[in-house]
Amino acid sequence: MSEKMAISFTVNGNRETREVEVGHTLLKFIRDELHLTGTKSGCEIGECGACTVMLDGKPVNSCLVLAVEIDGKELLTIEGLTENGELDRIQKAFIDHAAFQCGYCTPGMIMSARALLERTANPTDEDINQALSGNLCRCGAYQEIREAVKAASKK
Amino acid sequence: MAELKTVGTSVQRKDAIEKVTGSAQFIEDRYMGPMLHAKMKKSTVAHGKIKNINIEKAKAHPGVKAVLTGKDYPNKIGLYLIDRDFLAIEKVRFWGEPVAVVAAVTEKAAAEAVELIEVEYDELPGVFDPRESMKDDAPIIHEDLGSYEIVPIFYPKPGTNIANHFKLRKGDVEKGFAEADVVIEKEYYVPQMQHVPIETHKAAVQWGLDGKLTVWSTAQSPNVVRQLLAKSFDIPMHKIRVISSYIGGGFGCKAGASVEGLVIPLAKMFPGYIVRIVFNREEDMQGTFTRQALFSKLKTGVRKDGRITALEYEMIWDGGAYTEYGVNIVRAAGYSSTGAYDIPNVKTDSYCVYTNNSIGGPVRGFGMCEMQWGIERQIEEIAKQLDIDPLEVRMINGMKKGSTTAAGQVVQDVDYHKCLKTVADQIGWGKKEGKFRGKGIAGLVKCPAQPSNAASSAIIRINEDGTAHVMIGATEMGQGMLTVISQIASEALNIPIDKIDIKVPDTDFTPYEWQSVGSRITYTCGTSVKRAAEDALGQIYRIAADLLETPQADLTFDGKMVYSTKDPEIKATIREIADSCKKCTGEGIAGPIIGRGSFVPTNMTNLDPETGQGNPGLFYCFGATGAEVEVDPETGVVTVLQLAAAIDAGQAVNPQLCKSQLHGGTIMGLSTALYEEVKFDKGVMLNRNFTDYKISTIDNTPHIESFIIETPETNGPYGARGIGEQPMIAVAPAVANAVCDALDIEFNTFPLTPEKVWKAIQDKK
Repeated sequence: MSEKMAISFTVNGNRETREVEVGHTLLKFIRDELHLTGTKSGCEIGECGACTVMLDGKPVNSCLVLAVEIDGKELLTIEGLTENGELDRIQKAFIDHAAFQCGYCTPGMIMSARALLERTANPTDEDINQALSGNLCRCGAYQEIREAVKAASKK
Repeated sequence: MAELKTVGTSVQRKDAIEKVTGSAQFIEDRYMGPMLHAKMKKSTVAHGKIKNINIEKAKAHPGVKAVLTGKDYPNKIGLYLIDRDFLAIEKVRFWGEPVAVVAAVTEKAAAEAVELIEVEYDELPGVFDPRESMKDDAPIIHEDLGSYEIVPIFYPKPGTNIANHFKLRKGDVEKGFAEADVVIEKEYYVPQMQHVPIETHKAAVQWGLDGKLTVWSTAQSPNVVRQLLAKSFDIPMHKIRVISSYIGGGFGCKAGASVEGLVIPLAKMFPGYIVRIVFNREEDMQGTFTRQALFSKLKTGVRKDGRITALEYEMIWDGGAYTEYGVNIVRAAGYSSTGAYDIPNVKTDSYCVYTNNSIGGPVRGFGMCEMQWGIERQIEEIAKQLDIDPLEVRMINGMKKGSTTAAGQVVQDVDYHKCLKTVADQIGWGKKEGKFRGKGIAGLVKCPAQPSNAASSAIIRINEDGTAHVMIGATEMGQGMLTVISQIASEALNIPIDKIDIKVPDTDFTPYEWQSVGSRITYTCGTSVKRAAEDALGQIYRIAADLLETPQADLTFDGKMVYSTKDPEIKATIREIADSCKKCTGEGIAGPIIGRGSFVPTNMTNLDPETGQGNPGLFYCFGATGAEVEVDPETGVVTVLQLAAAIDAGQAVNPQLCKSQLHGGTIMGLSTALYEEVKFDKGVMLNRNFTDYKISTIDNTPHIESFIIETPETNGPYGARGIGEQPMIAVAPAVANAVCDALDIEFNTFPLTPEKVWKAIQDKK
């Protein structure tokens, strides 16, 4: 049995009203309904951080949030970081420092970094480690990621 | 060598913008058409005969389109030893083996239907330790081993659980022990680990209404997938198209063919539909490869001056339930069994043994991490017993130009000693920093474990404006292949890298590549691309000479125009060359320029079946890791204070990406040294998620000081060799050597978890 509910929210700056399945996760909704496939699925149980998005300015694992919970809220996904084709400072720093390899964890990693820089303008290594410790990168780009986040904070 | 322009520079990754904006497409991001979703039913016993499978309730479940079992589907698959059915037919051999597969309109319906399938088993006694499995009275896991198809470089023993016995005999090992002043015997153990790429295994398949099979897969090697599917399903190759998207991490687990075959028969039932399977994390961990556990025994003879005179190495590998790939890991570890050291007398027996654990297979390092763990720990024992600095023992026995490997292959282009010295200097070797602090060093070597005829090829299309498309069959799983291959093409064509387009492979359009494994692509695909570029340039010069009525020798190409060095006014654009005609008559000269290049090794040979002697290595990459640790005696927690890594890349095509690989491999190695071990209880995998199976995170990853050594590889493109896997190999022994130094306790297994270290400290008290 599936039950639907209407929700209104902002996604990457645009107001939207949608009918959603009450049992669907935000991750599923973002990928399958909004077709924003930059947000990745790696475990679906909140362990890997690949699906990190920002909800009202806070980073969340979208696999652990129900789609209906974003009613009235502001959702920011990786696709919302680029303005008029221009990359944001974190994305640029990730490129400059080669802070990714396969790129699968990268959108989630960048969203966690964005949330960090919004609350802490000049993070220390310790701040970065703490803020990104929920985002797994099996390629092991952690050293470059630390450098990139630090460099982005100075721009 | 002429001065290099692009090779040796850290140009931006070709995939950079796509990957930081979320626009890079992975398999699951693609919309391909109307879709059905597949889910598999997994066995609940580790070893058992299938008595009955009842699929009626599942078939009747709303949304279900089809349910298939092994009987509907008697196709076998394997790369080296064809020992596996896509779906178990008569019996299951590991816990979690697929026994049925469901296609439904939603993934949820498929998952619900799987729960309605009832399977009855006659449970058989299982065997979970390869040493037990080698015994005469062990239950036999593959009764038909003798009739399996196999590449004839492997030696299974029908009637036993031994899937391959690799033998190596070099020199005279008895004479070597007689020459020794000290003989040391030790046992080592390396547990199973998992690759855990953040992207799990996925495949989508369409059986076209015209009979064409299209496969979108996370496979590292689309050409191998095509070859295996063609054979398994008896379909001609031109009727199979395998498309690779970006791959979200591979590390060996996406080599060969795996999930694709689970959905093909379903796709055949519903022509035109896309049937997709997406493994969840648990399925990915227990249903794909694990790194084979290794039980090893080393006996080393050494003279008082530190020279190793003899090595006897026995390796018993836990191949798991199916070892189709594992047999080659066991072989590679066998022919490399002296590690980075020149040892004159060697006797090695390396056994791949079936058990009822998860399937063993390749992981970054392809047996070298496991095998060289024993070597690098044993060196410490030698040093201790002879009271010589362990770094000195490595220096005395380390391979140099002209040394021979265990297989008797002569190595060239080597500076292992520089790698060792670099990391030693970095960590302040020889200075003791205090109680519970210690330092350790370990070395490494690895060649690609590939057959002697593993080929590569490339096509370069030159556009009318002088830009180019490079077409190759290698895959991009993060290693930076697209960028490095473009740099080689740019260098060879003498055109800027931003004028080169390159894509991930599609077997309908891109030329043959054996496999993106073994850190071989920079060398093999790079050589093909260099040759294709030279072929294209040769055509440009030949046509221009005709067009401009000027000798070829007087012409030069600056990336934009071909002109005469004697008279710069005599010139032609690529446009003019690409569809040229003679000025005087208008007769055509030539059409568009397409360069082609192929590569197959010419320096490799088969190995003697009795002695394992021959040339198995395309190239040898050396390196070293140094670590300083501090151990908390109260908790057993190991903190890495310093980590230094050096790798001999020959020529770093892209130094920044080379360092990325060096860091990534070191971090993965550190993760295995301290945290990772797949735990089984009678074949049941216990830690099959990221909560129970911990890997390195950013907050426990120390800063790594990395060094690229460049001893050019004579036959590599611009002197380059591959380095992707290698940085992982020496990390676990370097860290363990440091912990042993800190505590004066011997650790012959890892991970060095707080529990293990704390217990060892208590035992010593």
